[in-house]
Amino acid sequence: MGKKVLLYMALTVSGLVMVFPILYAFLISFMQGGEVLQGSLWPESFSLANYFSAFERVPLLTYLWNSLVVSVLIMVGQLVLCSLAAFAFVFIEFKGREWIFYLFISTMMIPWEATMVPNFQTVQSLGWLNSYAGLTIPFFAMAFGTFLLRQQFKTIPKELYEASQIAGISKLRFFTGVVLPVAKTTITTLAIYSFLTAWNMYLWPLLVTNNEANRTVQIGLKQMQTQEIASDWGVVMAGVVMVILPTLILLFAGQKRLQEGLTQGALK
Amino acid sequence: MRQETTIGSTGDRHLERKRAWSNWMTGMMFLLPSLILFGVFLFYPMVRTVYLSLFLTDSQGIPVVFVGWENFINLFQSTSFQLSAKATALFVLYTVPAGIVLATGLAILANQKLRGIGLFRTMFSATMGMSVAASSVIWMFLFNPSIGLFNRILAALNIPGVQWLLDPQYALLSVSVATIWMNTGFAFLILLGGLQNIDQSLYESARIAGVSESYKLRKITLPMLSPTLFFVTTVSLINAFQTFGQIDLLTKGGPMESTNVIVYSIYKDAFINYNVGSASAQAVLLFVAVLVVTVLQFKIGERKVHYQ
Repeated sequence: MGKKVLLYMALTVSGLVMVFPILYAFLISFMQGGEVLQGSLWPESFSLANYFSAFERVPLLTYLWNSLVVSVLIMVGQLVLCSLAAFAFVFIEFKGREWIFYLFISTMMIPWEATMVPNFQTVQSLGWLNSYAGLTIPFFAMAFGTFLLRQQFKTIPKELYEASQIAGISKLRFFTGVVLPVAKTTITTLAIYSFLTAWNMYLWPLLVTNNEANRTVQIGLKQMQTQEIASDWGVVMAGVVMVILPTLILLFAGQKRLQEGLTQGALK
Repeated sequence: MRQETTIGSTGDRHLERKRAWSNWMTGMMFLLPSLILFGVFLFYPMVRTVYLSLFLTDSQGIPVVFVGWENFINLFQSTSFQLSAKATALFVLYTVPAGIVLATGLAILANQKLRGIGLFRTMFSATMGMSVAASSVIWMFLFNPSIGLFNRILAALNIPGVQWLLDPQYALLSVSVATIWMNTGFAFLILLGGLQNIDQSLYESARIAGVSESYKLRKITLPMLSPTLFFVTTVSLINAFQTFGQIDLLTKGGPMESTNVIVYSIYKDAFINYNVGSASAQAVLLFVAVLVVTVLQFKIGERKVHYQ
């Protein structure tokens, strides 16, 4: 059928255009200096020399480790705080709940960048510059995640909760034993989203880290790019590949789930 | 563990008040961690930003002299801020409409029921896994005047090369092209989700009625997708106002301040020029801009958008 062929052609062309910059970065990371300057599109041989150089010239392993720790901490922190808050919004009735809910909504209207100067001062005065605490704790609370989980928790029948209350099961046990297992899929979605966002953070780590021991890998890239190795594009691209590999793998593995979660969050 | 239960009416007001109090305490225990963090890292700094915007500050960012609106008046009179406002407005204009059209096109294309469509969806959403830093480094290479792809294509067509990031005429446009690419993955994923939520029976009736593809697109797909489109537009607008990473890596606000968008300008004033008062005034303006967009979403979104 003609229409199908046309569709496949359109899909292939747009797909290639979209991934070309990523694919090209991969290819360059295997090229030798001369090939890059000549403008080759395909490396003559797939040499790993650039990767060894990248690890030699900047403490890439330290940066990768820092990014991993920061991302996992933010992910766990957000999951814990969001699910606790969502539980309260769904299952615990108390005075002022509505009001606090609106307070949560209002946080989405404050652009984080508008608060960065006082936040920097706060973190500085707490002595949290160049520390995991300074890199992670300010991001633990998240309204979007709370809403997403709240939507999910609402699908749990209220009678189940009431029965458990009568049976004398504590709220905390109901939360960990019933609510969290039911919401496993949404929690996974949120985990992927949190990790992706945290791993890709740029402005805040730039502000609060200024030594090699605490820099994240995104700031490491900036450093690679501004140093004299910038002319050595093969090495820089090897660094880029090391930075994007974890999130690309995570995205490919969780793409469908992420899409469903984001749509749910967007359309409420 | 289904069980018929009726909550016994205690009748006793004292007991009821005690229960309300205990509920309040429990609720607060669950909410307190989030509330404290929002307070310390969002509400307090927002108030503090407004406060600082009314002061002259020393190099440590400590308020010294109360100056009222002076920071704002100075901003509106400074050419640098006017350039920054212009760059921000143009950046929004270049990136938002084009980005949405591109993502919508890709989402419609990827919503077909075809063998292997998953692969294409993965390709279209790939940029969502790309950080601003990594993407910027790659685009820096593509824009490179001597070995970058764009100038090599121009050379092949016998057109003289362009200093993409160093020419004030092209720099903002170049950064915008890179940004559109970076943002496509996210917008694509959400729009694809919106398309998949459309009731299939509508297309079934259209098929029976024998209407054309373009009619289906205009009369079913786009109207049913409008809530999602509206959401993506709002998020894109807000994101465009908050752009920083690609500016810092690609142009540093230059050349001739042509890419000095608002967040970069705040960063430069606060952390390079140590003029925290002026940076705070700009942060307040950024907040107002985002607030206006958000309020507009609620107001217009409710009325104009076609919900199922």
